[in-house]
Amino acid sequence: MAAGGRARAQRPNLDKMERMVVSMQDPDEGVKMRSQRLLITVIPHAVAGGDVVQWLTQKFRVSEDEALHLGALLVRHGYLYPLRDPRSLALRPDETPYRFQTPYFWASTVWPASELDYAIYLAKRSIQRRGALLDHEKGCAPRIWQEHYDQLQWKISHAWDLVVTQAREQLRAMKQRRRGDRLVITCQEQAYWLVNRPPPGVPNVLEQGPERGSCAASRLQTCKSLDFYKWEIEYARKALGRNRLKSSVCLEAYLKFSSQRGPHDPILSGCLPSNPWVTDDDTYWAVNAPTAATPTRLRVERWGFSFQELLEDPVGRAHFMDFLEKEFSAENLSFWEACEQLRYGGQAQVPALVDAVYQQFLAPGAARWVNIDSRTMERTLAGLCRPHRYVLDDAQLHIYMLMKKDSYPRFLKSDMYKGLLTEATVPVETKRRVFPFMRKPRHCSPSPALPTAGPGGGGED
Amino acid sequence: MCDQTFLVNVFGSCDKCFKQRALRPVFKKSQQLSYCSTCAEIGKLERERPKLPDVELHQVAERVEALGQFVMKTRRTLKGHGNKVLCMDWCKDKRRIVSSSQDGKVIVWDSFTTNKEHAVTMPCTWVMACAYAPSGCAIACGGLDNKCSVYPLTFDKNENMAAKKKSVAMHTNYLSACSFTNSDMQILTASGDGTCALWDVESGQLLQSFHGHGADVLCLDLAPSETGNTFVSGGCDKKAMVWDMRSGQCVQAFETHESDINSVRYYPSGDAFASGSDDATCRLYDLRADREVAIYSKESIIFGASSVDFSLSGRLLFAGYNDYTINVWDVLKGARVSILFGHENRVSTLRVSPDGTAFCSGSWDHTLRVWA
Repeated sequence: MAAGGRARAQRPNLDKMERMVVSMQDPDEGVKMRSQRLLITVIPHAVAGGDVVQWLTQKFRVSEDEALHLGALLVRHGYLYPLRDPRSLALRPDETPYRFQTPYFWASTVWPASELDYAIYLAKRSIQRRGALLDHEKGCAPRIWQEHYDQLQWKISHAWDLVVTQAREQLRAMKQRRRGDRLVITCQEQAYWLVNRPPPGVPNVLEQGPERGSCAASRLQTCKSLDFYKWEIEYARKALGRNRLKSSVCLEAYLKFSSQRGPHDPILSGCLPSNPWVTDDDTYWAVNAPTAATPTRLRVERWGFSFQELLEDPVGRAHFMDFLEKEFSAENLSFWEACEQLRYGGQAQVPALVDAVYQQFLAPGAARWVNIDSRTMERTLAGLCRPHRYVLDDAQLHIYMLMKKDSYPRFLKSDMYKGLLTEATVPVETKRRVFPFMRKPRHCSPSPALPTAGPGGGGED
Repeated sequence: MCDQTFLVNVFGSCDKCFKQRALRPVFKKSQQLSYCSTCAEIGKLERERPKLPDVELHQVAERVEALGQFVMKTRRTLKGHGNKVLCMDWCKDKRRIVSSSQDGKVIVWDSFTTNKEHAVTMPCTWVMACAYAPSGCAIACGGLDNKCSVYPLTFDKNENMAAKKKSVAMHTNYLSACSFTNSDMQILTASGDGTCALWDVESGQLLQSFHGHGADVLCLDLAPSETGNTFVSGGCDKKAMVWDMRSGQCVQAFETHESDINSVRYYPSGDAFASGSDDATCRLYDLRADREVAIYSKESIIFGASSVDFSLSGRLLFAGYNDYTINVWDVLKGARVSILFGHENRVSTLRVSPDGTAFCSGSWDHTLRVWA
């Protein structure tokens, strides 16, 4: 069945859990097995919860917490079941006895569990208890479970005779088995149904979410047309031509990036005055607001890391604009900003924006004429006949590179930048509160969606 | 007279593949052989290729200091969703978040004070994608309704948020991920129909569509690069593909995962990206070297990673798994730094805040947690 097959492939974790459980039952390397005495019967091949946790800790070299968590997941998926209290699938790291579920009942083999099987199971319990369902099967909301049982009766009423007959047959067959086997089979079944029909309030571990990889996959794959192969050839040709760097170069770049940014990473190096989430004090955000008058030292340092960092920070960009004005090349940055607006703006505004940019920056004799090389200018002007949002890309890139290679290094060496660095503030670390249980009141901040100053509540990017 | 150049084509049997082709001379250990052009090119590739991956990440990272003891705790728990939380996104103001859940509810919170500011009920269930606009004035969400809708956020008590809803994207299968580009006016979506698409919000017009995945596309992330032109997507066909937004072409593809890729996220410098998959591993792919450079996995982790994100410096990789835990990986050394417990059902979404002070995780246990 295709759907079942796909669902199986969607859960590689079940395969891995099964392999884990199989290795746990290995006679030499597995968990220590023992016989468990329950009332008057002796059940063989039982394991203690504590031993399971111990084995997981040693095998995977993890902490006890993690081993306990992993073991608990195995129990919740029904690969281990408790012998004494089969109603709750939880792992207790002590002497509580557990047994490994038989592969017949594994989550991956018998799935999905049908209503008919469930009805037979409930009928068996009902007959055994002479008409009254067990408390947990009625659950915390007894009405719901009785309703469920009644619903089943109504849904499969046509087959209800079959259900009752089957239930009686299975109970009769059970009576012929030894007491120990009966107990084990009851526990196994109970654990299976706890996994497949969890009581209200317990999350269903088998739930997967919406189905993936439906008809789209098969349809796309069978459609290997001429276009598909043309695409493949083009892709392969481009891949051959692409310049690949040596790994050592790329990996060195990560080291450099991480060491440069390490002190700026609040999770790694903390932040001054304090991390707002830890101390409930939002001074850090006030000090680093996008339009703060006096930027912090760390922030000004970041402007020196890359041109992109400088432009992304509104304060940095404003200072850079001031610098460019002194150098009489401010029109470059304005042109770049106008191009960004075009690229990320609404589709309807494209023709008007292109025209405005042309009039202001590109037309011969324009007020703020930008200096682009003649070939790019020719190409851009030609493309303006049919304006689209990427028509200014070449010119924008040229101006961006110009600023990056020329104005930006000069800015970093300038007195203006050096002055900003020395003036920059370094916030004082908040003193630890003497009485930590006196919580500071958490201040609300105005939502950016509020219609405050300026049109559109801040349309800057 | 003799200043004309002639091209001489020698035909014969190639020394490697023995087919009858036009031959060219190739020198191997000072011995001249004749190869056809295909074999000559392949030979050149085979010689050049081993020179590129000359070192592995963990070797280079031996010089780096190991990270110290790592303590992160839940600082805020956001309760209010009545069903599984499927997706969340941060606002640029570093404290507001939008989250969506299985029952169709989309809530905007001020997570610092844990107040709910807006709530919308979508007409569909399983809202698997939500995004905050860069200006903070709108949110986008979508799921089983195959559409992406944009809601402008309003504090006007008389207005119903659902009234101003704008239907932007139309796909033929469920919407799995959406993201605004640099402004409020463009949205990038990924869908279960195997395509990604770029839309104009105002008019709902399709600006560009991206075909190439062989199965559902589950996630996407925009590149933080200077020229801002690419994005990466991951899908059920185990492939992660990098696209050029302008032309709609796939630029690079990586296929080393063994199962569905649930989440992709760019490294902060934009030169690499990480992916989390159902095969219980997270992998780091370098774009300039064009290969996978690291695998983050452990024998004891057997459940798939549903969501990954980097810390601000790129040194840490936070990954939320379907076994209810969050693992923190040292990106350079490849080792796990810490494991965080707290959620009572699978972690479905995880994002680091824009200023890197904390990260938020959403789970099927109906809550969101902010960790710092």
